[in-house]
Amino acid sequence: MSAENVLTVRGLTKHYLGGSRLRGTQHVVRAVDGVDLRIAAGEILGLVGESGSGKSTVGRCVTRLTTPTSGTIELLGKDISRRSQRQLRPLRREVHIVFQDPYSSLNPRMTIGEIIAEPLRQQGIRSRRERDLGVAEMLERTGLRQEMRTRYPHELSGGQRQRVALARALIRRPRLVVADEPVSALDVSVQASILNLLLELQRDLGFSCLFISHDLSVVEFISDRIAVMYLGRIVETTSRERLFREPQHPYTQALLSAAPVPDPALARGRERVILRGDLPSAAAMPAGCRFHTRCPVAVDRCRTDDPALVGVTAPDHLVACHLVEPGRGAPDITAVRRADADHST
Amino acid sequence: MSQVGLATAAPVVRVSQGRRLRRRFLRRPMAVIGLVLVAAFVLLALVGPLVSGDPLAQDFGARLAPPSAHHLLGTDDLGRDVFARIAHGARVSLLAGVASTALAVVVGVPIGLGAGYFRGWLDSAIMRLNDVLLAFPFLIFAVGLAAILGASLRNVVLALAIAQLPSVIRITRGEALVLRDQDFVSGAVADGARPITIMFRYLLPNSLNALIVQATVAIPGAIIGEAALSFLGLGVQPPTPSWGVMLTTAQQFLAQAPQLAIFPGLMIALATLGFNLLGDGLRDVLDPRSH
Amino acid sequence: MSLLEVEDLRVTFTTEDGPVLAVKRMSFALESGEILALVGESGCGKSVTAMSIPRLLPTSGVEIEGAVRLGGRDLTALAERDLEALRGKEISVVFQEPMTSLNPAYTVGRQIVEVLRRHERLNSRKALDRAVELLELVGIPDARRRCDSYPHQLSGGMRQRVMIAIGVACNPKVLIADEPTTALDVTIQAGVLEVIANLRDTLGTAVVLITHDLGVVAKVADRVVVMYAGRSVEEAPVDSLFAAPQHPYTMGLIDALPSSALLRGTRRLEEIPGMVPPPTSDPDECEFAARCPRASARCTSARPALKVSEAEHRVACYHPGRKEVGRVS
Repeated sequence: MSAENVLTVRGLTKHYLGGSRLRGTQHVVRAVDGVDLRIAAGEILGLVGESGSGKSTVGRCVTRLTTPTSGTIELLGKDISRRSQRQLRPLRREVHIVFQDPYSSLNPRMTIGEIIAEPLRQQGIRSRRERDLGVAEMLERTGLRQEMRTRYPHELSGGQRQRVALARALIRRPRLVVADEPVSALDVSVQASILNLLLELQRDLGFSCLFISHDLSVVEFISDRIAVMYLGRIVETTSRERLFREPQHPYTQALLSAAPVPDPALARGRERVILRGDLPSAAAMPAGCRFHTRCPVAVDRCRTDDPALVGVTAPDHLVACHLVEPGRGAPDITAVRRADADHST
Repeated sequence: MSQVGLATAAPVVRVSQGRRLRRRFLRRPMAVIGLVLVAAFVLLALVGPLVSGDPLAQDFGARLAPPSAHHLLGTDDLGRDVFARIAHGARVSLLAGVASTALAVVVGVPIGLGAGYFRGWLDSAIMRLNDVLLAFPFLIFAVGLAAILGASLRNVVLALAIAQLPSVIRITRGEALVLRDQDFVSGAVADGARPITIMFRYLLPNSLNALIVQATVAIPGAIIGEAALSFLGLGVQPPTPSWGVMLTTAQQFLAQAPQLAIFPGLMIALATLGFNLLGDGLRDVLDPRSH
Repeated sequence: MSLLEVEDLRVTFTTEDGPVLAVKRMSFALESGEILALVGESGCGKSVTAMSIPRLLPTSGVEIEGAVRLGGRDLTALAERDLEALRGKEISVVFQEPMTSLNPAYTVGRQIVEVLRRHERLNSRKALDRAVELLELVGIPDARRRCDSYPHQLSGGMRQRVMIAIGVACNPKVLIADEPTTALDVTIQAGVLEVIANLRDTLGTAVVLITHDLGVVAKVADRVVVMYAGRSVEEAPVDSLFAAPQHPYTMGLIDALPSSALLRGTRRLEEIPGMVPPPTSDPDECEFAARCPRASARCTSARPALKVSEAEHRVACYHPGRKEVGRVS
């Protein structure tokens, strides 16, 4: 089963110490707390969540920019979760990362040509000619003019830099690309061209992609499957169509209803669920279901029992919620709001 | 608040980096004065000794003579030409200042980069030791080292280099600490780049501006250090001319020939002022976030 | 007469690389009790336009021309002292990042009280009661206790609500909100936008909302001004703008959204080719022409003026409307 998957993550956790030892406020922050993921060959998995959900930490664990506290990360069938940086080196060419901020993700002291060639160089390709050929091809593929290779990052626009970041990430033909909010810092019109480019490159080169974003519409557009994260856990995961057609977890429902839509009539007419309160801090995790402090339909059981991520209504639609039951489907979170409103008037 | 407008408007115009830096530097009169002083000092050290004649030649007919056409800045108690001694002393000063700083940078930068990049126990150990060394004032530290090493120009350079080491390490480590968390460094890690590559290919070039500024402001300290050590007899030994040695001699003749103290003193002041102004200017231009 | 009128506004910054024409010529009006969105991509001059209303731009290196009239009074003629009295009382500003605009050393209650005492001359007791009222107005639960909180003890969404409470403390006529929800998560953003809409409905506050997010515009704005390269290219009531955008740039912005592609059922987004022109010159032509699919010779020979195309809908384009493009609708 896992042999077909490019990436299989099981029980991933990343805890770290936060606060200050001197002030006695030190505590364990559970940034990622038991995450299971799989990405098939050629698949784009959208990982969506708000700030503090731990989605970027998942990306950093998968690329081993940080070492997970526990759990396994299988890349092409090999567990990389505990390898040292030296042992990781042979597998480094199989996974690459694209960051959010195109202004800090390129070495300001290198030319664009050097930046794109750098992964080849680190792989030990000594031949300058060979590297140059690779760079020329990637410039072409990412729609950058060949003259760009002698420029420096500060001479490029944000969109052009993100193209360079993509060229760099793909020059070794990795099997997996982790894209951490790759278009969040860009204007809409630039965002459109980068998303198109990413899809085009994915079709041509066939890599798998973990696409991390807070923006539902971007995730809906680009992903084959989607996983929704909340406070270090995945609360719901299924195919893109299914998630938007029949979201089950109350958090997913709330997220979908809060997402801005560029249609005034729809925006006004929509039954909106505004969540109570704020995200609890990852340092003081609520007992039971993590979402119960903000969930409009939480019952007593949610405050004590931690729900497992299971397929209730369909085997490929996993939800972590006590209230999703076979035959009854998803809880209606807007019903509660209407009842509240009736009550108060 | 005041950046609101500029921040949104600024990044759109593109001009070559080098030209912009030059223009920004030239717009600062103090920085330009500093550059001129430093250039004059370097010129004096390089060319002066070639034209000034022998600094050891004695003219017994003119001891403690005031400035004249023959002896531009007068003579000292042994009838030696003060200008010649100043010019040769400039060489010693420049050598002591630049060589000691260069040595400190060559040794300190790899240590600082390593400490900042790897963190962990090694970093803690290096930095605690560094804090202890930084607790000694620079000059006291240098005097102590020179006393242990023995008096010679080579040992002066060595003592001044060691005394500068803690601040070089601290600054390099600070730069490395900031840079290691930037995405382009994480990207290099994800490429599979070795630590040594990351330190010297990624961290060092991006710390260069801060290091250039640091070196420029460290040199005047070393120049004063050399003068002080030589003045105390712990540095360059007579009869080799050094501004510090010249001041020692001048002490005895302050009443009869104050110019003997004034000229070397003025030279020390101008040289250090020049480097300090230049350093401040470079800091404004190259390393604006350090304010 | 409108509540606020901006007429022929031009803002030029002097930089080391020469003048930057941030706002080339802007005219618009704000009616009382409406939310007017200034929308556009980075560098279009929307923030600079908004900040030049209460003249919150740096005083050196900036040249501001044109008139800004609040209730008929020209603000550009006022002295700095009079402007200070005006800011916070008649015009307030809410910024994107509430953490940097709040003073970390004082409780939020004290910061609201301070504004009230400065402008309204309330005694401290009355001011505190009013502060609690204001925090309740912006939807902060347990407001009396929250008065004693320091900014760092509040979440981003709560801080932004506090900023808005401070902004409307003296019941200003105009609230300028510069990307007020950009730094917030969507579930939090929805609540803050609701607060802004409520202020318009309950207090009748007129709002100038600066944003790059068309979703935010659709949710709360009554009227929209679309900016491109330091000018307004289209101005319309929100429904009309989204239902029948007239300027090719506006259409491009809407079509570039992922949700538009989803609606069309394609996996390809519409792109706007090319880049925004550098703000160094002000040529007499349509500056969007170089990127426009329907540009003609006329577009580059003279700049199109902002003209009424339909009721309350104005556009600066020689070839406006959906019909002329060969798109599948």
